[in-house]
Amino acid sequence: MPTTVLISGLVLGGTYALIAMGLTLQYGISRIMNLAYGETIILFAFGAFLLFSVVGINPLLGLIFILPVAFALGYGIYGIMMQPLVRRSVKTGNLEVDSILATFGLLFVIQGVMLVFFGSNYTSYNYMNVGVNVLGTTIAANRLLAFALAVLIGGALYLALAHTRWGTRVRAVAVAPNSAPLVGIDVNKTARFAFALGTMLAASGGVMISMYQTFTASMGVVFTMKALVVVIMGGLGNLMGALVAGLLLGLVETFVATYIDPGLTLAATYLIFLSVLLWRPSGLFGKAAR
Amino acid sequence: MFRTVLAVLFFVGALAALAWVPTQFGAYGVGLLLGLTGYVTLASAWALFSGPTRYVSLATVAFFGIGAYTVAVLSETLPYPVILLVAAAIGLCVALVVGLATLRLAGVYFVIFTFGLAELVRQLVTWYEVNVTGTLGRYIFLPISGEQIYWQLLALAAVTIGIGWAIGRSRIGLALKVIGDDEVVAAHAGINIARVKLTLFAVSATIITLVGAIQAPRWTYVEPSIVFNQTISFLTLIMALLGGANRLWGPLLGAIPLFLLFEWLSANFPNHYSIILGLLFIAIVFVMPQGVLAMVEKLWKRPARSVPENVPVGKEVVQ
Amino acid sequence: MGIYSRRTIMFALGAVVAAAGAGAPDAAAQERSSVKIGYAISKSGANAGGAGITTIPNYKLWVKDVNDAGGLELPDGSRLPIEVVEYDDRSSSEEVVRSIERLATQDEVDFILAPWGTGFNLAAAPIFDRFGYPQLAISAVTDKAPEFVKRWPRSFWMHGGGSDYTAALVDILAGAADEGTINRKVAVISVAEGFGIDLVTAARADFEEADFEIVYDRTYPPGTTDFTPMINEAAQSGADSFVAFSYPPDTFALTQQTQVADYNPKVLFLGVGTQFPSYLAANGEKATGIMGLGGTDVSNPKVMEYRKHHEEVLGAAPDYWGSVVTYATLQMLQEAIRRVGLDRGDVTEELATGTFDTVIGEVKLQDRQFRDMWWAGQWQDGQFVALAPADRPGASKPRLPKQPWAAAN
Repeated sequence: MPTTVLISGLVLGGTYALIAMGLTLQYGISRIMNLAYGETIILFAFGAFLLFSVVGINPLLGLIFILPVAFALGYGIYGIMMQPLVRRSVKTGNLEVDSILATFGLLFVIQGVMLVFFGSNYTSYNYMNVGVNVLGTTIAANRLLAFALAVLIGGALYLALAHTRWGTRVRAVAVAPNSAPLVGIDVNKTARFAFALGTMLAASGGVMISMYQTFTASMGVVFTMKALVVVIMGGLGNLMGALVAGLLLGLVETFVATYIDPGLTLAATYLIFLSVLLWRPSGLFGKAAR
Repeated sequence: MFRTVLAVLFFVGALAALAWVPTQFGAYGVGLLLGLTGYVTLASAWALFSGPTRYVSLATVAFFGIGAYTVAVLSETLPYPVILLVAAAIGLCVALVVGLATLRLAGVYFVIFTFGLAELVRQLVTWYEVNVTGTLGRYIFLPISGEQIYWQLLALAAVTIGIGWAIGRSRIGLALKVIGDDEVVAAHAGINIARVKLTLFAVSATIITLVGAIQAPRWTYVEPSIVFNQTISFLTLIMALLGGANRLWGPLLGAIPLFLLFEWLSANFPNHYSIILGLLFIAIVFVMPQGVLAMVEKLWKRPARSVPENVPVGKEVVQ
Repeated sequence: MGIYSRRTIMFALGAVVAAAGAGAPDAAAQERSSVKIGYAISKSGANAGGAGITTIPNYKLWVKDVNDAGGLELPDGSRLPIEVVEYDDRSSSEEVVRSIERLATQDEVDFILAPWGTGFNLAAAPIFDRFGYPQLAISAVTDKAPEFVKRWPRSFWMHGGGSDYTAALVDILAGAADEGTINRKVAVISVAEGFGIDLVTAARADFEEADFEIVYDRTYPPGTTDFTPMINEAAQSGADSFVAFSYPPDTFALTQQTQVADYNPKVLFLGVGTQFPSYLAANGEKATGIMGLGGTDVSNPKVMEYRKHHEEVLGAAPDYWGSVVTYATLQMLQEAIRRVGLDRGDVTEELATGTFDTVIGEVKLQDRQFRDMWWAGQWQDGQFVALAPADRPGASKPRLPKQPWAAAN
């Protein structure tokens, strides 16, 4: 049934898009290749789990507590860890390599802390796991919510970037970080804000995922890589690109699982990804490479 | 000239000493040396291509896994040296195909592409095994001892570093330096960028394939999740970058301390391994931004003021 | 270049020698004051989730229990406390091999407990064998155990093989089909890892023999999160039974997604994960009727006492499959040491031939394999009870068909 495939594919893609958008902000605007991104997602998945199972606060309400914490965390990490690297990179031009190495370290730290506090077990709970009928297709309410959130955040941020002064500043930093100060833009402040915003998106992704996916402390890298694939496919720093690429991946996976062979879903993902890159080396929505 | 001869003699002597070392230690010493040499080879081979071109590759485990899997598939049917040759040939072919297709990608696009490649290979091998052979997981019952694996890896490491040394002194090495600095300039200077890059990528990938093939008999049992373990790509990259991927001895100097550090941490802090490791990593980035070798050189040079500051050949160049 | 090469070589050489030197064995002979027991286990990495459920807690529990009782008892009645040497293998084959070499030659431990997982136990087997340590491979499911005991004469295989589990499953389904409870069509999905493929290959043969038709048979890659396409196809296939040889994250996801799709097969058999206490915590009353591998004889008071003890000491309940067997295996080791002392050859011999009284009752290994496993279980009244082998005391009757999801609300 084609509509079923279409709708469940889109909803699955919503999750991918949601987790990818934060990363695209962090890399595209703050120029930090954040390998610890997936660990951040898992960290806040645990956060949502704790709120739900210990305090009894449902994950949606939990977002009110979690998002500010995430923003502060991202803001702090950028200020303490990334800023010195960025400053240094003016001289060395090594920001990419430095940020890979540093966030690789951060990955281990966050993972280690989670292992100590939560152990290595699988964690899972059920919330909003009821079927909702969408045009004749039954979809889990929690997944539908993640999809809605992805579209909402994607749309809102897109509008903000395109039509506000703040958006113009951010785009200027993304396109020409060296020239932006010439027109009076505080690059550092903008980058820091974007990084924190990215962390906040990671947290919202983590909360959503915790509602329908089983996770362990060691699982972060899976999300980092999925997000990276989506980000790269969509074009770095391009929110719309991340949204479209995420949805596309969801569609491809569902399509292959239904009509070809579930065993090939991941192979198909990477095949599509590789083909897109060969066809357009800077992603679907990317501007030509520098 | 005399210096070169001396250096080569020293190299050979050191190699002989290293080959003799395992006869003095028990199985654990051999295992340690073996793992260490494996990563030295991986990091050096990785840096052959990625150092001068600045293309950060995460495809290490794709080739490593191909090597290991080839051994697993053929271990019952062919003599061991032939298997190694076949593995190297497969690695070379895959590298050529991939290289031709991808080298026009740049920067982080290449990074993620190579990551995707590793996952794609893993998925395809899995799918093939499940649907065509109907089993997943293969046994390797080859009578190869730890010492023998170590000696093979040591030889391969020597060859890899030898290749790096030869490249550094050849025309291709000069071409590479130009490419690393500025591709446009390189193209204008009449350098066939694509061919140089492809050659290096192929050489590097073949060596990595061989490392996988040589190490596989140690594990007895092989399945995709074991041999296509992404950690291998990450560790190789980190070791090479830490040591300084642009220098001949950089990867080696990154691999040795890191490997020993991992070992020491996992033995002494099995429950806080990740946290300490992560903190150390971050510290390293801040304290030794140019890699271990640059740091060592700096310390070495300080007393001898007569050496001018810009001697190191592969000094990092601002982009 | 010459200068740097020479210097760096010396530096490198120094580092290697220093590293190797650090590994020189400590020759100081001293009076024995403890029994050293070592293990390498996946505390981080991809395998940590599995090792953290069944293996690590029971190793810890056993060591604590023994030391609380004054230590391991030796044939002369004296007791020596256990000193643990543990390593994290970081879910890497190479690390497992090296860590076990280290335990054997460096730490010179008296006994080594097995790592987690089939692949790692196989990687470790040649090392155990070479250094003369008995290997009690607990969390390894393999049909080739009879072959392995010949290849490695010190290896013990405690968890059965894939075909043991599938034969039991098919047996139960055939019984239900004979009674007319379900039809003879079955939908099967399996995870594309050694475990899933072993089981599905065995299951295909068993189903065919029992005259079942497999109407949907697909394999999915590990890490799959959305099972909706497969569930939809299975729902339309006309099969009354849905069988998944899945990993824990998949099992949890399948449970949720079959509910969302309101897919109500009369038999729902899901792979690893159904046996976890967290499965009940996540699904509550809805778990009732779901079947899976393993199972526990809840009518055995000793087993139930063990479960209570486990929860009290570790703060978490054990799973309903391998945990109790892990603990029982360690008890066998403990008892063997009490009978014959610390000589590894004698202990191996005693483990192979002796009869042991453990939490799961009397255990005697057959050809160094433990064959009294529970092969299939089902959630009934808040417990994952054992169903097969049906003729063994303690087995519960399968309750089929499974209640529809809606009925559990």
